[in-house]
Amino acid sequence: MALVITGASLLGEDTTDLYVDDAGMLVDAAPPGAETLDADGLVALPGLVDLHTHLREPGREDAETILTGSRAAALGGYTAVLAMANTAPVTDTAEAATRVWELGREAGLVHVQPVGAVTRGLAGEELAELGLMHRSRAGVTVFSDDGKCVHDARVMRRALEYVKAFGGVVSQHAQDPTLAGSSACCHEGELSGRLGLPGWPGIAEEVIVARDVMLARHTGSRVHVAHVSTAGSVEVVRWAKAQAKRDGHWDVTAEVTPHHLLLTTDLLAGYDPTFKVNPPLRPQEDVDAVRAALADGTIDAVATDHAPHARHDKEHAFVDAAFGMLGLETALAVVRTVMEDLTWADIARVMSVNPARIAGLHGQGRPLAPGSPAHVVLVDPDARVTVDRDSSASLSRNNPWHGCELTSKVVHTVHAGRVTVRDGVLA
Amino acid sequence: MKHLLSIDDLSTDEVQQLFETAADMHDVQRRDVKKLPALRGRTVVNMFFEDSTRTRSSFEIAGKWLSADVINISGKGSSTSKGESLRDTVLTVCAMGVDGLVIRHPASGAAHQVSQWVDAAVVNAGDGTHEHPTQALLDAYTLQRHLGSLDGRHVAIIGDLTHSRVFRSNVQCLTKLGARVTVVAPPTLMPSGIATWSAAAGFETSYDLDEVLRGAGVHGRPDAVMMLRVQRERMSGAFFPSAREYTVGYGLTRDRLALLDPEVPICHPGPMNRGLEIAADAADAAQSVVLEQVSSGLAVRMAVLYHLLAGDLQGQQGDVA
Repeated sequence: MALVITGASLLGEDTTDLYVDDAGMLVDAAPPGAETLDADGLVALPGLVDLHTHLREPGREDAETILTGSRAAALGGYTAVLAMANTAPVTDTAEAATRVWELGREAGLVHVQPVGAVTRGLAGEELAELGLMHRSRAGVTVFSDDGKCVHDARVMRRALEYVKAFGGVVSQHAQDPTLAGSSACCHEGELSGRLGLPGWPGIAEEVIVARDVMLARHTGSRVHVAHVSTAGSVEVVRWAKAQAKRDGHWDVTAEVTPHHLLLTTDLLAGYDPTFKVNPPLRPQEDVDAVRAALADGTIDAVATDHAPHARHDKEHAFVDAAFGMLGLETALAVVRTVMEDLTWADIARVMSVNPARIAGLHGQGRPLAPGSPAHVVLVDPDARVTVDRDSSASLSRNNPWHGCELTSKVVHTVHAGRVTVRDGVLA
Repeated sequence: MKHLLSIDDLSTDEVQQLFETAADMHDVQRRDVKKLPALRGRTVVNMFFEDSTRTRSSFEIAGKWLSADVINISGKGSSTSKGESLRDTVLTVCAMGVDGLVIRHPASGAAHQVSQWVDAAVVNAGDGTHEHPTQALLDAYTLQRHLGSLDGRHVAIIGDLTHSRVFRSNVQCLTKLGARVTVVAPPTLMPSGIATWSAAAGFETSYDLDEVLRGAGVHGRPDAVMMLRVQRERMSGAFFPSAREYTVGYGLTRDRLALLDPEVPICHPGPMNRGLEIAADAADAAQSVVLEQVSSGLAVRMAVLYHLLAGDLQGQQGDVA
């Protein structure tokens, strides 16, 4: 269905109409019989791309499915999400990856791009079938054992080397398991000492980030640091980016989550597992550092780490409860609220252009100009919205933003020319 | 007070009120017939998700001497390990009509979380490495009986602070009562961030037990020492090299016992590792109050249950003693 999007301000600048043809491409004139989508007063951005989403299907369809997660994504302004591999079964074969990709196409709301596991069963020992996943119809290029760290340096080295053959990238969940074991759940500091919660020290992230950038340099490969949470990691990434730029034959990229941009560790004082996430919420000085790094380009992208959980998996004692929090529907508003100095072009860069480039999604994150696929989000820039966890499209309710007042609201989302969200509700 | 989850829940006055009640309860223990009718018709469930003999028995006897119906439920190896959520487990128990829930759990914060889900009064009988408020109350009660007021008195707490809920409750309780506290441990057994914590809460830290016992620190010689249990398994986490080295550095050995004035009470929450953190000479010394802590524990737990559960019955019961 052809479309005319009227009155939108492109990246918050010039106001223009956008024309979409029957094939879902942006064109330079209104196609005949086009439907109108009123975007007066709204800001148009390229559809958002999430490098880090947990859709839980297959395996935990009680917490989220590819369909419900796609709905949440569309409502959040996304047109592509990368679905992490820690499902049951794990996405460690071409067949598993293709299945996720197909289910995403059936849902039809966003492009669902599977992330492949780095190691078989996320066990950290043998490489998963990286090349076969890449050659499959899903065309996997991003590999991650997210939830677990590829902690064996030899395995990480081989993975980085191997993916060079097809331009892949390894996204690392940086957590040295000897410094932060599986029970580690609270930023190690005064609060963890007082609360008696197992500490998750920043150094456990930083030593892996430091090791991995050296491995990337050594192998001439690409490493992506998932959910950077500490000032120390930022320093390492900043240094490594400068080295990589000089050398030219390797690369390091990094992402930060909305929650690490705003929420701090003191929220754990009441032992509410809603705020239990991995890596943990950090103190304000780390929050300040990741904000600055996002603003200056050291951190390339905002990625949600949307991690839905069934209610009963969060109703255990804090150390026993599941890690993770929702994020797809609120990410853009959190970034807009927190990062006051970012222009809309900057937000498009960190939430669409850069993540699309890192993930190798060539049709996403493109300029809103004729010849690009029509992936567009239209945002009311000044709306004030109080988050209500019960109004979420996600099947889960582990929403740390409940009750928060945030700035900006996704009004319409267009995925490949199809309106997926209209006036803030699923179309 | 609706629950007892943390020493932080109590004002100084409330602590002293509890101690006054505990003193009355202590007198009851010396009677031939020890039962009081105060909690007749009330049901107390001891829910222990972690092995415990002394604390569970202490709460059980305390409840029984107050005429409550006391039921013990062991959570270990039951529904929790089969995947039932903690919330479902406690709601199921409370649906049976429970007035008081005494909970011991290996996870820090468990009692706090439970208190938000149930109507019953919740008593934290130890949550992970977080708090053990009735232990702190009984320690302070015991010390107060020996030292009179704790105001201005110097108490040294020695041992595995990182993993100790006894330390976390005690440091709050003792400072609340005006005591000056020094905590002593090797750096690996000090909780993270203790420098800022101790500065904010007003207690001292030291790596050198001999200096503290000799009075070289800012608080001078201790008026009481409190030894904490050290688990031998901590060696596997590289917290210290060997039991022998721990004893040499931080044990209350015969030599260190000699540094103490003979009237300085020695506390230990038990169970003791004789020869590791405390030498037999110290454990059995005349100044050791270890067994007295047990009988004080009973009195203090009776007082806690009484204050939490007899509230609306108080008019009928009159004076407890």
